[in-house]
Order: sequence, then C-alpha cells, then structure tokens
Amino acid sequence: MAVEEQPKGAVVVPTTSAVEARGLTRRYGEGETAVDALRGIDLDVRSGELVAVMGPSGSGKSTLMHILAGLVKPTTGTVQIAGTEITGLDDSRLTRLRREHIGFVFQFFNLLPMLDAEENVVLPLSIAGEKPDKAWLDSLLSQMGLAERRKHRPAELSGGQQQRVAIARSLVTRPTILFADEPTGNLDSKTAGEILELMRASVDAYGQTTVMVTHEARSAAIAHRILFLEDGLIVKELHDASQQDVLAVMNSLGT
Amino acid sequence: MIRVALRGMARRKLRTALTAIAIVLGVALITGTYVLTDSIKGAFGGIFTQVYRGTDATVTGKSAFTLSGQNNTTAPPFAESLLPKIRQLPDVADAVGGVGGNAHLILDGKVVHFGGAPNLGFSVDPKRPVLNSLKLVDGKWPGANQVVIDEATAHKKHLQLGQRIGVQASGPTLRMTISGLVHFGGASSLGGATLSGFNLPTAQQLFQRVGKLDQVRAKAKTGVAPAKLAAEIRAILPPHTQVRTGQAQAKEDAKDTDSFLNFLQDFLLAFGGIALFVGSFVIANSLSITITQRTRELATLRTLGASRRQVRRSIVIEGLAIGAIASVAGIGVGLGLGVGLFKLFDAVGFTLPNNGLVLHQRTVIVALIVGILVTVLASLRPAFRATRVPPIAAVREGSELPPGRFAKYRPIGSTLLTVLGFGLLIYGLFAHGLGTKGVLLSMGVGTLLIFLGVALLAARFARPLAWVLGAPATRFGGAAGALARDNARRNPQRTASTASALMIGLALVTLVSVMAAGITKSFRGAVNDLWVSGYAVTAQNNFDPIPIAAGNAAARTPGVQAIANVRGGDAQIFNGVHQATAVGPGAAQIFNMTWLDGGSNAVFSKLGAHGAFVDKGFAKSHHLTIGSPVQLTAPTGKGVALHVIGIFDPPTGGSPFGPVTISDTAWDKIYDTPQNLYSFVRMRGGETDAAEAALVNQLKAFPNAKVQTKKQFVDNQISGLNAILNVLFVLLALSVIVSLFGIINTLVLTVFERTRELGMLRAIGMTRRQVRRMIRAESVITALMGGVIGIVLGLILGGLLAARIDFIVFALPWVQVVIFGVAAVIVGLVAAIFPARRAGKLNVLEALQYE
Repeated sequence: MAVEEQPKGAVVVPTTSAVEARGLTRRYGEGETAVDALRGIDLDVRSGELVAVMGPSGSGKSTLMHILAGLVKPTTGTVQIAGTEITGLDDSRLTRLRREHIGFVFQFFNLLPMLDAEENVVLPLSIAGEKPDKAWLDSLLSQMGLAERRKHRPAELSGGQQQRVAIARSLVTRPTILFADEPTGNLDSKTAGEILELMRASVDAYGQTTVMVTHEARSAAIAHRILFLEDGLIVKELHDASQQDVLAVMNSLGT
Repeated sequence: MIRVALRGMARRKLRTALTAIAIVLGVALITGTYVLTDSIKGAFGGIFTQVYRGTDATVTGKSAFTLSGQNNTTAPPFAESLLPKIRQLPDVADAVGGVGGNAHLILDGKVVHFGGAPNLGFSVDPKRPVLNSLKLVDGKWPGANQVVIDEATAHKKHLQLGQRIGVQASGPTLRMTISGLVHFGGASSLGGATLSGFNLPTAQQLFQRVGKLDQVRAKAKTGVAPAKLAAEIRAILPPHTQVRTGQAQAKEDAKDTDSFLNFLQDFLLAFGGIALFVGSFVIANSLSITITQRTRELATLRTLGASRRQVRRSIVIEGLAIGAIASVAGIGVGLGLGVGLFKLFDAVGFTLPNNGLVLHQRTVIVALIVGILVTVLASLRPAFRATRVPPIAAVREGSELPPGRFAKYRPIGSTLLTVLGFGLLIYGLFAHGLGTKGVLLSMGVGTLLIFLGVALLAARFARPLAWVLGAPATRFGGAAGALARDNARRNPQRTASTASALMIGLALVTLVSVMAAGITKSFRGAVNDLWVSGYAVTAQNNFDPIPIAAGNAAARTPGVQAIANVRGGDAQIFNGVHQATAVGPGAAQIFNMTWLDGGSNAVFSKLGAHGAFVDKGFAKSHHLTIGSPVQLTAPTGKGVALHVIGIFDPPTGGSPFGPVTISDTAWDKIYDTPQNLYSFVRMRGGETDAAEAALVNQLKAFPNAKVQTKKQFVDNQISGLNAILNVLFVLLALSVIVSLFGIINTLVLTVFERTRELGMLRAIGMTRRQVRRMIRAESVITALMGGVIGIVLGLILGGLLAARIDFIVFALPWVQVVIFGVAAVIVGLVAAIFPARRAGKLNVLEALQYE
C-alpha cells in the first residue's frame, strides 16, 4: 500500500504531550478482597508517538488504557488529554471529548451491522452532526484499501477488511489520540501483519498519536515505545525494539 | 442516529413485526368501534329527519316530570278532540293524528322477533302519506283490520301480501291481513326491529287508545315557517301536551338512539384502551430486551461520541416508527374488526342496523395519534434504560446494565404505586358525592396504577413463583424441564414483565366472572328467599311488560290458588323520579317478605286506595315510618296521596318491588295503559306438569306471554347477563391475544440471545425435541405466572366491587377460575410453538460461533 503525503490543510502538531497521566491507581472491591489493578502509573505520550502497552493477563494493561481513554475512572490520579483534565469531567463533556479528541479501535471491530463501510467510517462525524470533507474521506478510504468496498455491509467483508473500516473510522475525525485494544486479536497472522503495517503507516503519515494495548510481541514491535506492565506497575520500557527484543523482555518478566 | 435506529429496525424485521402487533390489535379495536358506531349512526342518521320531513310541527303528550328512561314508561296520550282544533287553525294546511307502541307480530302462535330488538307499531293515514313515519314500497296502505309490515321482516319470514297474521299490543291478539310492505324513513333495515302499520281506528283499538292520540303531525300552509306554526298550536294546547317543530322532534327522537350509541362507543373504546394498555407493556418489554442485546452496539456509539440524549432519542424514534407502522396496520385490521363486531352482537341476539361501513377521517386521525402516543410512551422507560449503557461496555463482553439511579427505590416505589392504586379505587368505590364521571375516573386510574404497581412488584415474586409453577416441569420434563424453570428464574424482571401483560387480561376476565357469579348468586338467593313457589309469566324477551288481560286470564286458570300481578313504572315521589310498583292482595300468598316494625303479609290486602309500602333504604333516606305521608305522581300528571303501611327489607339480590309499592287498583287509576311486569301464580299441588299445561293453555291468546317455573324464571332473567358476559369475554380476549404475542416476542428474543448457550446444550447432547420442550416449558411457566397473579388480582378487585355494590355478593366462580388457569397454560403452549421450532432448528456449529 502506498503511503501518501499528508493531505492538504492538515495541522502539524507540535511535539508536546498528547496524553499525560500522573499517579494512576485503580482498586476494585474493598477491604480484604480488594484487587489493585494499577498501583501508581505515570506516563506521557508525545504527539505523533505510537506507544504499545504490553503485559501478561492481570498486569493491568487493559485497565490502564480504559482509564487513559476516559472509559473508567481511576481510584486516584489524573489524566490529561490535549491539555484537558478528563478524570473529573461529567458525562456530556466527556462525550464531546470523545467526538473531537479520542478514536477507538476494538478487538472485535465493533462495526454497526446495519450500516455500510462508508457509513461506518463517517459515523463519528454523523453523530456530531458534521459532514465529512469529501477529499479527505476518499483519500482515507483508498489509504485503507477500501475504495472498492465502500458500499458493502460488514457481513460482506472479511475480518481484515472490517478492522480496516474500524481503523478508518477511528481516523476520520483526526483525533488527538487513538486507542487500540488488541487490534489484531481477532485476525489471522497474515491479515494481522497487514493491519499492523497500516496502523504504523497512519502514525507516520498523519502524525496520529496512538496507544495500543496488546499481548503479541509482533504487534508491539511496530511501536516507537513499548511499556511493560506487571502487577499494576510499569516495570520496563523499550524504544524502537524488534520482535526478538520484546520476546526477551516478556520471558524475563514471566519468571 | 435516526438512520441507525430505522435501519436497525429494518434489519430485525421479524422482531419488529412481533413487537408492532401488540399495538395493532388495540388500534384495530378502536378503529373497529368507531367504524361500527359511525356506520350505525349513518344508518340511523337520516332516518328520523326523513320521517319528519313533511312535518312542520308535532304535538305529543308530555309527562308531568322527566322520565328516567329505565322503566318502560312513556308519555301519556291526549284527547282526539285536539285534532280538529288544530286542523281549523288558519296556517295549518293539513294535520294527522297517530298512535303507536309495542306491537308484536304473531305467526303460527309464536311472536316474531329477532334477538332482543323491539317490535314497534304505528298508525298511518293512507290519505296523507307525506305525514307518515312509514313509506309504502309494495301493496297498499292498510284498511280496517289490515297491517303493513316492514320489508326486512316480511322477507325474513317469507310473508306474502294477503297473508293472515296476528298482532298483539296491550290487549288480546287481533287477526289481520297483510296489505303492504313498508320502510321506516329511508332505511331498509333497523337491525332486527319489526315494524307494523295500521289505520288509525285499528291502531287505537290495538293500543287501547280509543278516543286518544299519541301524536299529531301538522303541515303548514306554503310560506308559513314551522316555528310560527308551532307557536300557533302552542296557544291551543291542553295540559300535558307539548308542540315542537318537525326537525326539533326528529332531534328529540334521535336523542335516545344517540345516547345509546355513545354509551356503546365509550364501552367498546374502553376495551380498545385496555388492549392498548396491554400492548404498551409488550412494547416496553420487547424494547427493553432488545436494548440488553444491543449493549455493545449502544456502547460503541457512546465511545464514538454519541451523547446520552442521542441514544435515548434513537430508542424513542424506534418506538415512533413501530407505533406508526402498527397504527396504519391497525386501521386496516380495524375495518375487518368493525364487521366482526356487528356479527358478535348479532350472535348474542343484539342485531344492530347496518347500511354499509363508514370510515370517517376522525377515526384515522384518532387511531394514528393514540397508537403512536401509546408506543412512544411505552418506549420511554427502555429509552432511559438505554442511556445507562456505559461506553466501557463496548470492550467488555456480556456486561450487565448497571442499575439505574432509582433502582433501589423500585420495591418501595412499586409498593407505593400499588397502594396508591388501591387507594384511588377504594376512594372511587366508597366515597360519597362523586358524580358518575368521578367514580369511573377514580376507579379507572386506580386500576391502571394497580396493574402498573403489581407488574413492577411481580419481579420480586417471580423467582419463588417460578419455582412453584415450574415444579411439574422439573418432575415430568426431565433436564429440559429443570432448565426451563431455571431460565424463568434467571431474569425474574424479564419473566415478570412478560407475564404482566397476560396478568392484565386474566385479572379483568376474572373480575367480570366474579361480578357475574355475584349477581347470579344474589339474584338466585333473592328469588329463593322471596318467592315461595309457583310459576312466573313474563314477556318472551323477559323484559317487556305484558297486557293485564294476560294476568287476568291466568287468574282464571283452573287450579289457581293465588296470583300476584306486579305493575311498574316511573313515578315522581318527594321531588325525585323513582321506580314505583303495584300489586294485588294475592301477593300475600306468593311472597315471603321480611317486614320491619311488626308488619306482616297482611299489608298486601290493606293497600287499598291510599296505602303504600316502602323498602328499607327508601324509608331511611326519606325519614319515613309507619304512617308517614307520601305523595305519588304518575307521568299523566295524576297523583295519589298515600301513607306508609309497611316497610320491608329486600334481599341483597333485589325484589320485584321498587322503592314504593301501591295497590294495583290505585295504580290503574292514575297510570295510562297499565301493564304487568310479571305475574306470579301459585297453583294447587305446586309445580306439576298438569298445572303448567293448564296455565299455558289459558294463555294461548297471548303468545307473547311465557310461562316459566321458578328455576326457568331465574335462568331467563340471568340469560341477558350471560349474553353480556360473553361479549365482555370476547372483547377481553383481544387483550389476551396481545399478551400472547408479547410472550412469543420475549421467547424469540431470548432464544436469539441464548444462541450460543443453546448451541452448547445441543453440542453436549440435548436433542432438538428436548430443546423445544425446554422452550415450551419456559413459556408455560411464564404464562402461568401471569395467570396466577392475574386471577388473584381479579378476585381481589371483584371482592372490592362486591363489597361496595349492594345487590352483589361475593361468589367465587370456581369453574371459571379453573378454565382461566387452563387458558393460561394453552396461551403458553401456543406462544411457544414458533420460538421452540426456531430454537430446535439452530445449526449447532453456527450457534456456537455466534457473536
């Protein structure tokens, strides 16, 4: 897939923090049976960065992403997205935030089955009552290799194509930050590889800040930075690592 | 978001259709009601105007007071001598006098009647057809001892011109020849009523109006306005008469029909409302279940930035769309239902006139508004529930909806609602000084709240109730049965919501049965208490009065020991209009009265010219004791001064006597054309075949009189009640059908929801048949739950009503209760047919992989 130049009119974002988290903890339950999913996380995600969050199950990686994305409130700590403190926001302000600043890619695609591919892609804009810029939409769709499949319903698309629709959907509003939750979890390895390439290409082409949660070394390897979680704390960080590097760290953590 | 809502509906066509049907039937009944009553009004509408078309002014008798309309009493006639006086007035072009009343056609010794429709007769003036009510369509106007008959009746009974037929009104049967066929006004059918026309002298003889008239119709000379003519006539009117313009008279005559039709309309609309109410439960339930199943989709929309309001609106839009579709469909079905209602009433002997179906614009508008409104209202609660879906549910699988902010108030809230409902109901029943509208409103709203409250509360009983009701399934249904019971208990709220729709229908049919059983029991008890033994003579339709001559003839039957002829009608007493009755001394040997203040049956012989006895309630409300003076005025304006010589305590179920009773001789002096309501006869030897045969033989000249044993009398008087009961059951059945669709809907949705689970069960070895059995058992448990709660509620409501209404005792209709229980089971089985088959047909592999 050819990666095009940044489309006209795109805003070049200066390298500042897109996401800032301080002192995040998350406790479930009370007293004796309480579970601490996160025990104190600080992190910054710079603009244009692709950060992978890795860890074994129970490490708290999903919880971390959910908190960063504003889906769950932390027990203590704060999160800032694009300079706005989100942990104290009420529902309607959070909703507005989601429209403008947050994009999602889910493991199970989460497409609306009654809409076709194009309608799914522009859904965040329709919800906000806005019309998509035609040139932007066309370029995005062809970037994702969906030009031929615009009018097809999800039932008529393969898993890989559905995830591409989902990625396009998450990019269409050019959000401040894109959260991806196990994006290749439901795909075969060949398709997974294509999707990963596409995601990295989007980061490079559009400067799209992305936080990805994954347990697959191959997926993490496309990231600029990889954070390793264990028992609710960040225990290691890698930069521009290869798949082997990631696997080595994973093994060392497992013991 | 609108697109999402509508496209989603289009995708789930079957489920949308099943949900929509809930509203279709209610809207159909409302449409059908309007079509029915509008059609009848259309048939009637022109009639009276047509009848009085050529008439500019009418003179009729005037009651001394406003009649109640409930007691077969009519305005008194006036002297024939008024007619020539009217004819001599300068502006009168022509005038004709007429008489009329109930006239029964007798064919082969039997009365010609169609159901309970009236048998009417009028006089016609062959020389002045323009002033007649009837219009000749075949043959000739009648001469002496001739009759013209309405074409519809002649057609139904194959009557020919020149045929001999009997006619009976207030006296013995007269034999006449059919000279022609007629229509009334412009109508060819008045729904089963028989009409006969006679010339004036014959009519006067028939209706015992010799020398008198019931009506004069006058035509004005050209250029004279009807109002002017009426004024002229008014100047020469004797007392107890009144004059109106022709059109005013037409309106007056139409009033009774109109008020009856309005009552019928309101009555039927109420049942349409009930069906819609049940439908709203079904809609709310279906939408709730659908939302639970679309949790991930709704959550995804929230993560994409949809606000709570947008989510809520999309559900309401779905409700709106369903409402619109259902209402349109309902209007279509309603037209068919209109025809069905005609046939229903016909089947119970209540033929209504029909001149073709009429669909007014108003009907379509009301049906649409009501259908859409109910659906939107029902969608509100699910819409609010949908807003509780948190965005995090997009990533988590099988997440449950968090309880709403008010969830913890639910048990208290629903209890309060139920208590409030009972409070309103009891207030409506027992409070003093409420008008009819106030009572009905209180009771109606109270019952509505009770249903809502119990439906909400039912979730708490659902678990233990399902445990009990599901015990047979567990015992006899094997693993499938046990699973069915567990499934019903798994989501008690959903089971309860589904069952609640059926609960409403069954509560109402139980209530109706309790009322009917109560009326029957108290009436039977009253007859047994009061009437020693013997035979009763009433009209064929158990309601109309019969000629005094019949009573007199019966008195002459060989073997008669005593006879009590009871007359009745409106009377003005103490500035109020009450029912008054009259009876002869023979009553002392017929009735077992409970006299107060030391009275005895001697009272009957002491009535004389100025004696009266009253019932306990009347004495109390008017502060009467033995010796108190009572002034009674008949509609003729004639009155009699009475004093109380006895006070009796009537049994709960009533008595043949009204609040005030005088002697028959006193009655006949002040009432015009007195007739008997019933005659009670005591024969030597009691009830024997010989005695009965003797009576029947004696009354051969009165084909409209019917001889009955005590048991037959009770059954006949109650038969009208049974007819009404059947109509009520059929109308309520519609609500039960709506709830049946509700159960189907829930089952289809839950089968869909449990696809993977069903696949797993099949994969581990459950057969298709066992799966079907499981679904069926679950359906029956749900239906039985609705049945049990409904029946219990109906019994409670019935008990409350019986406590309030004087003439009803509480009687448990055991047979009906069992039938309703069985009906609930059948509803459950029928509802399960389609979903069970679907569940059985699931492809195991696909089901396991279902997302």
